[in-house]
Amino acid sequence: MNSSLAVTLYRSLYRIRRVEEEIARVYPSDKIQSPVHLSIGQEGVSVGVCEALKRDDVVFGTYRSHALYLAKGGNLKKMIAELYGKATGAAHGKGGSMHLIDVRAGVMGTSAIVGTTIPQAVGYAYAMRYRRERNRVAVSFFGDGGVDEGVWHESMNFAALKKLPVIFICENNFYAINSHERARHLHSNIVERARAYGMPAERIEGNDILKIFDRVSKARARIVAKKSGPAFFECMTYRWREHVGPDEDYDAGYRSRRELAPWVKNDQILRVGQLLAPASRAKIERAVEREIASAFRLAEKSPFPKARELYTDVFA
Amino acid sequence: MERIITYAEAIREATAQEMARDSSVFVLGMGVDDHVAMWGTTAGLQKKFGRMRVFDTPLSEDAMTGVAIGSALAGLRPIHAHIRMDFLLLATNQIVNIAAKARYMYGGAVKIPAVFRSVIGRSWGQGAQHSQALHSLFMHVPGLKVVAPSTPYDAKGALIQSIRDDNPVLFIEHRMLHAMRGHVPARPYAVPFGRARVLRKGSDVTIIAVSYLVPESLRAARLLEDARIRAEVIDPVSLSPLDMRTIVRSVKKTGRLLVADNAWLTCGAASEIITRTIEHFQGARLPVPKIARIGFQPVTCPPSRPLENLFYPNPRTIALAAHQLVRGKRRWTPRGEISREIAEFRGPF
Repeated sequence: MNSSLAVTLYRSLYRIRRVEEEIARVYPSDKIQSPVHLSIGQEGVSVGVCEALKRDDVVFGTYRSHALYLAKGGNLKKMIAELYGKATGAAHGKGGSMHLIDVRAGVMGTSAIVGTTIPQAVGYAYAMRYRRERNRVAVSFFGDGGVDEGVWHESMNFAALKKLPVIFICENNFYAINSHERARHLHSNIVERARAYGMPAERIEGNDILKIFDRVSKARARIVAKKSGPAFFECMTYRWREHVGPDEDYDAGYRSRRELAPWVKNDQILRVGQLLAPASRAKIERAVEREIASAFRLAEKSPFPKARELYTDVFA
Repeated sequence: MERIITYAEAIREATAQEMARDSSVFVLGMGVDDHVAMWGTTAGLQKKFGRMRVFDTPLSEDAMTGVAIGSALAGLRPIHAHIRMDFLLLATNQIVNIAAKARYMYGGAVKIPAVFRSVIGRSWGQGAQHSQALHSLFMHVPGLKVVAPSTPYDAKGALIQSIRDDNPVLFIEHRMLHAMRGHVPARPYAVPFGRARVLRKGSDVTIIAVSYLVPESLRAARLLEDARIRAEVIDPVSLSPLDMRTIVRSVKKTGRLLVADNAWLTCGAASEIITRTIEHFQGARLPVPKIARIGFQPVTCPPSRPLENLFYPNPRTIALAAHQLVRGKRRWTPRGEISREIAEFRGPF
């Protein structure tokens, strides 16, 4: 791996981890009045995928999309201000943590209803074909819970049928809220289901950011060369914090700290960090800390939306 | 000279003209390219515009609605057609949770210029799941526009307006309207939303009628002539936004309001129109007008012909309701029978 890639990956991983740790730290102050679904532990998937994409590519995500938004280049200041419900937020305080968007960065929206953005990514990909845009793909992020939804199957089928330029990323963190995949699927075979719809599909174990980057890069190249329709990746990962909120929940009874242990040991931030010289790593970290502090400061001092904002943007 | 075509032809013409004008307009839906062509409303479009712009879909209302929304996010203008409004329930998650809200919850960063066509069914025993009229469900949700034109002229103009609108629009047809004929100019034109159409002038009672109950109410108005009652018949055309100015102006003149909704009454368009009318009169410290409403019976639609006839309002029952508003309990037996298009309908469904 070349070192500039390691720098890029590390900066993005470290930035996302620290942003979310800061959100968790601030959360008890009630300054953030929006449910937060933290990606801590899962950053490797978003970063591995998004670094393999181009700026013009678009992504669609779930309510757990802080990592995706930032990895794709979404504006950090606007994200934090949005969590604070401020007028300077990505949606001027009218979206919250679960409805992040940054059209300029290709983050086309995230949704609280599980599975809802999957067909939108497919529809966006249809528009790319419609307009004969050759060097672009749409990417749909969803969890193992999203696979339970009927719309997942419908979307897979249509994307394969029309050979659309779309990459499906299943972030399998084993849990839909607090329900383990075992309780919802007879077999842990999401990747086989995708294959059955007629697309290449691969399961990537262990949160492996380098493998994710490599495979998605190649899949993207095949798609834009029109050698392939949609591609599917099931990326095995793990959510370290509770489903919603800033805390850990290993005493809640549905999972154990022992289950977490291998994922912490295999933390992709440590792994990629070790590829860098300590000085270079420290430099990245200092810059990121400054950026985060400034984003939180801006959110703090930004005004809330004015009363008349309640009535704007109901219609275009 | 008047150019007379059917409601279905008017829809086809509006679609074809907009597709020719704007390459971002496309049509998707089950059966849009088959020999029925949604009763002619999509006939010949695929041949003219190609398979990319007119295509049949898998039976996946949920995902295909999401596909339409995703394409709209990318700047296209989809027309997603449903042969029955009942099937729209499978698309409601995408329409209500995404299409209606995207503009607002993404802080104005995106727009969803999408048209969702759907058809209310009736007659020949179509029964429980081919007959529902769910416009009030969508009127309830901020961010959606809901139109239900009743004449060929408005069908063409309102569809063109729906396609050009930058917001999600529910465009509601009625199977009994498709064969109706009327004057339709050949040129493209848009009928603006939020402007009700006074289809018949009268001074004794205002009848606000929705969708197929517009022609039925016009027939009722003719029956009322026998009792020397002059009914004013108004078609809101667009239910959301709703043109309350025209409605209130008429009720001020007649002092009586009958809403004939082609739907159930509870929490319906009729409830909304009546409430807003009362609010207006109260707010203006005017005496509140006499009010009544008529619609589907509060049961599931039965297929058996005698029961089906009881389920729906018809010109006679509408006329009776209006007569009662004007003359109180005085007895009156209007003539009138089941309308021809209902009696003669044998499909296609």
